[in-house]
Amino acid sequence: MTRWKENPVLTVEHLTMRFGGLVAVDDLSFDIGRGDITALIGPNGAGKTTVFNCVTGFYKPTEGRLTVRHSSGDSYLLERMPDFEISRDARVARTFQNIRLFGGMTVLENLMVAQHNPLMSASAMSFAGIFGLGRFRRAERRAVEHASYWLDKIDLVERADDPAADLPYGDQRRLEIARAMCTGPQVLCLDEPAAGLNPRESAELNALLMYIRKEHDTSVVLIEHDMSVVMEISDHVIVLDYGEKIADGTPDAVKSDPKVIAAYLGVADEEVELVEEEVGL
Amino acid sequence: MSDLVSESRLKASFKDSGIAALITLALSFMLIGMRTEISIGGLAVDYRWAAVAITVVVVFAGRMLLNMYVWRPETPRTVTFRTVLLGLSILAALVIFYLVDRFLGAVAGLSPARAIESNDWLWILLLLALAVVAAIVATALLGLAEKRAAPTGPGAAASIKAGLAPLGKWLPLALGLLAVAVPFILIEWLGSRGSRQYLDLAILVLTYIMLGWGLNIVVGLAGLLDLGYVAFYAVGAYSFALLSQYFGLGFWMCLPLAGILAACWGMILGYPVLRLRGDYLAIVTLAFGEIIRVILLNWYDFTGGPDGISGIPRPTLFGIEFDRGDDGFAALFGLQYSSIHRIIFLYYVILAMALVTNFVTMRLRRLPVGRAWEALREDEIACRSLGINTTNTKLSAFATGAMFGGFAGSFFATRQGFISPESFTFIESAVILAIVVLGGLGSQIGVVIAAVVMIGGFEFFRDLQEYRMLVFGLLMVIIMVWKPRGLISTRKPTIGLKRRTGISADMVQEGQG
Repeated sequence: MTRWKENPVLTVEHLTMRFGGLVAVDDLSFDIGRGDITALIGPNGAGKTTVFNCVTGFYKPTEGRLTVRHSSGDSYLLERMPDFEISRDARVARTFQNIRLFGGMTVLENLMVAQHNPLMSASAMSFAGIFGLGRFRRAERRAVEHASYWLDKIDLVERADDPAADLPYGDQRRLEIARAMCTGPQVLCLDEPAAGLNPRESAELNALLMYIRKEHDTSVVLIEHDMSVVMEISDHVIVLDYGEKIADGTPDAVKSDPKVIAAYLGVADEEVELVEEEVGL
Repeated sequence: MSDLVSESRLKASFKDSGIAALITLALSFMLIGMRTEISIGGLAVDYRWAAVAITVVVVFAGRMLLNMYVWRPETPRTVTFRTVLLGLSILAALVIFYLVDRFLGAVAGLSPARAIESNDWLWILLLLALAVVAAIVATALLGLAEKRAAPTGPGAAASIKAGLAPLGKWLPLALGLLAVAVPFILIEWLGSRGSRQYLDLAILVLTYIMLGWGLNIVVGLAGLLDLGYVAFYAVGAYSFALLSQYFGLGFWMCLPLAGILAACWGMILGYPVLRLRGDYLAIVTLAFGEIIRVILLNWYDFTGGPDGISGIPRPTLFGIEFDRGDDGFAALFGLQYSSIHRIIFLYYVILAMALVTNFVTMRLRRLPVGRAWEALREDEIACRSLGINTTNTKLSAFATGAMFGGFAGSFFATRQGFISPESFTFIESAVILAIVVLGGLGSQIGVVIAAVVMIGGFEFFRDLQEYRMLVFGLLMVIIMVWKPRGLISTRKPTIGLKRRTGISADMVQEGQG
């Protein structure tokens, strides 16, 4: 039942985030299992994106501890690191609710920017690169190969040289995921990856996420409202409401949790049975 | 079937060329058709209908040929891009006619032949401005017709682009060769005495090209609006002047030092400033630019304040000086001494420096750091999520831009032999920024064109005296209306899997600072 507690890749303990008087996340603790696909769900305004922003360093949490443990054994305390180090060293990558691609750059360039840090050290802070030394050229070729691998996975090889802003919405979503994967993450945080996708695109997305879990040493955390995605692919579901955790378990367990139903239908706990009778559950 | 298509195309091309000829007629009716001449008892209007007819026929035939053999659209219509070409063809007709008129005086038996004067350039430039206006008016008029007609197929635009692709490839090379040949052309044409003024102007233009390229890294690539770029130009100039004054160092020794010092200042100024964004960044960089100038002005004991620094050493060619002495350049190479030698040498020094700037910038663009600059301009938050240290990346852009500003400043000092804070006022920053913006953010060749037009044009318009600024402002407004993202606004990708096609400006972000 609780296998994610045995070997967690990310542990969140007593996370609290206050904006002035507003408590967006209140004393939240959970574990993300290594190799799992974990879904973070909850009604609008439950604090899901705030949790993501705390994990990826875009917000500094008011209280709490966030620990990432790599499969190599290294561990990092995220609340002490600036955002770019979280991606570079702690290897937590993310995508955004409103897609943030480099629209004026080509699809391939987007994936090359994601490999900035390894390429930067190969170019010896640009000095080796200016003179076109072999070491840098080899590193760049490898980076292009890596990018091509992901282009192949998201089926965009043909459009590699088109500007990212030119892609259809669904392709942009998948490109953003590929870009995050190019950083070689241990944890991949996806903020509503299926938003705005049609059923076919959402099925493709599911396949991509299953592939990532199977073939790469990457654990996926996703915020999602599309229950078909959540129930189909996730191993572990965490439900938030008003910044607090109200349920934590397998998809089936969560689905039948009266608190969750209450939160989604907007009724008090004691009325749930009444409501359930009415809707015929 | 194909006959049918080509026949309809012929018909449409004919109609299209007819419209072009009509517009030409309307424009040239007054511009070419009538001319006031001084005659006994006052002015008389001289009619030149033959010239008008020639212009109209040239435009008609030229357009017909282009329609049939170069653009080959299914339904030729005078749309934006082709209208610009129409404007240019009118211009070409006007300029050709003007030159023929001046040199041969043969067309339609007009004014007698005479030599070209500096005044003529003024007229040619005015005609250029007129052609631009004509192109805009024609675009606006035909844009209305365009809306009613069917949408243009992608074929037409693509064929134009394909037709122009070799131009984009060869233009930089052609310009480079021209730049190398300029001193010889000028001396051959105007003699060593007459060409000095133009060589000086060419050196000035090249200095601004280099400054434009330097600032392009900061504004065009990294998207940081820097209104105080002249500060680094000043740091470079004063570094060299003070190092030579206090330690007796020469130009070649000081050149790298000036660049390094300017880059250091770039980082020192940049570190606190780069936390700001957009308008705030612009205002603070402007203030820093002024602070540098005010310090130079007031630190009298060290910098000489408003008196400036004079007697800055001239550059040498591997230790050979350009003077009249026995071991001077002329004596050693068995030439007769002429002051033009040093000017030519200075020209090649700045040309080499500018080309190095260009080479390094083009190279940096394809390196991870350059891609990070452009990514920063596109979306800073996404950059942070990908593990890019945005502060360091911004600082590196600021420092690299400042370094080239410093090199240019030290060249400025050695060319002038005298510097004072007067040379580093805000207007210089504004001119350099205008060059970058007019040329097209991030475009190297755009900067060249804009610098030639802005600096060169400004000197040529000297005859207009106080109206010069007016003409200039008008031109700038027109260019910004016509091409809001600068003359060359397409972005060339830094890497391609199979091909590298330009990205149109409306997708490229300008940066939030």
